[in-house]
Amino acid sequence: MCTVCGCNDDTPAGKQKDDAHTHDHPHDHGHHHHHDHDHTHAADHTHASPGTLDYGAGLAGVHVPGLSQERIVRIERDILSKNAGFARANRARLADRGIFALNLVSSPGSGKTSLLVRTIEALAPHRAIAVIEGDQQTSNDAARIRATGVPAVQVNTGKGCHLDAHMVGHALDELAPATGSLLFIENVGNLVCPAAFDLGEAHKVVVLSVTEGEDKPLKYPDMFAASDLMLLNKSDLLPHLDFDLAACMANALRVNPALQILTVSARTGEGLPAWLAWIEARAARVASVPQPLQAG
Amino acid sequence: MHEMSLTESVIGIIEDEARRQNFLRVRAVVLEIGALACAEPEAMRFCFDVVSRGTPAEGARLDIVRVAGAGWCFDCEREVALAERFAPCPDCGRSRVRMTGGDEMRVLEMEVE
Repeated sequence: MCTVCGCNDDTPAGKQKDDAHTHDHPHDHGHHHHHDHDHTHAADHTHASPGTLDYGAGLAGVHVPGLSQERIVRIERDILSKNAGFARANRARLADRGIFALNLVSSPGSGKTSLLVRTIEALAPHRAIAVIEGDQQTSNDAARIRATGVPAVQVNTGKGCHLDAHMVGHALDELAPATGSLLFIENVGNLVCPAAFDLGEAHKVVVLSVTEGEDKPLKYPDMFAASDLMLLNKSDLLPHLDFDLAACMANALRVNPALQILTVSARTGEGLPAWLAWIEARAARVASVPQPLQAG
Repeated sequence: MHEMSLTESVIGIIEDEARRQNFLRVRAVVLEIGALACAEPEAMRFCFDVVSRGTPAEGARLDIVRVAGAGWCFDCEREVALAERFAPCPDCGRSRVRMTGGDEMRVLEMEVE
């Protein structure tokens, strides 16, 4: 369907009808064009049929400036290029200060915040920690984090279903995490959208609880493909469930053969030492990058 | 529905270009969305109509070029078609396939006046 006027010109009959109708909106060129191609063509397409707007070959190919008001602008920019720019800036800023940032992603209710609270309690005695909390509404999660004594900024995305790098940049302004600290970014509970948005983190960590289906990695592959570590949370519930741990891991590895997997329980603390060691090992590498010497 | 954000990014790119290349109105936008990209073309069409209002792209035709999924099979040692990101090799059936194409999300070109 034509998105300019709503005419449906897929068929010759439609084209006929289209010739007869007029537009009721300002149309500052003298003609109307038919879109009798199927909108799935390659960019360098050509159309032999008469009456077709042949912008691909006709204009982009042999356009002469000044002869027509229409022109083709080649852009070839990634749709996410703007976000990527902000993410690069965040990453550089974090690297400058030796801050190790993790982006925690999961569906709602996987126990992400509980796991984070537990993690902070274990690490805070010997580590500076800061947290960015993402939720559509409320600052409940930031309040839970602040109760542990570490600074947290709540980002409410409103209708937004994910954090983006621009929001995280502003949160970093607000939070001003200490040099050499750990930064946890708890993304909006959503197993789909946050996968596409780089925030400038070192790693995405996907949390999946064993009360969810073992086929989640297959149903939502993008998130598992984008992550470097999967935490299988609520392992204390395994005896009460039919959850097939091996099948879940196999599914996750099908989507991302390089994915690392740890089984944890935020409730009992089972598996937490391995998760803490995973963080410490990587954070040490970031912090050991030589800092530029201070002048004077 | 991150297609809304993606579409807002598309409009942002269009507005940047409108300032840079000095045009007022966009008649058509051509996007390239890979079959394995995390974006639904139909959702983007819906969002485009909403998000483009009041911008140079208002009323523009949205063409979406699909790119087929492709991967490299380490066992067959060649490029194979991929219907899904995690699909096994269609020839040997094994899963040692790394995606090489089909996750594109780009603004290719615009027809402007």
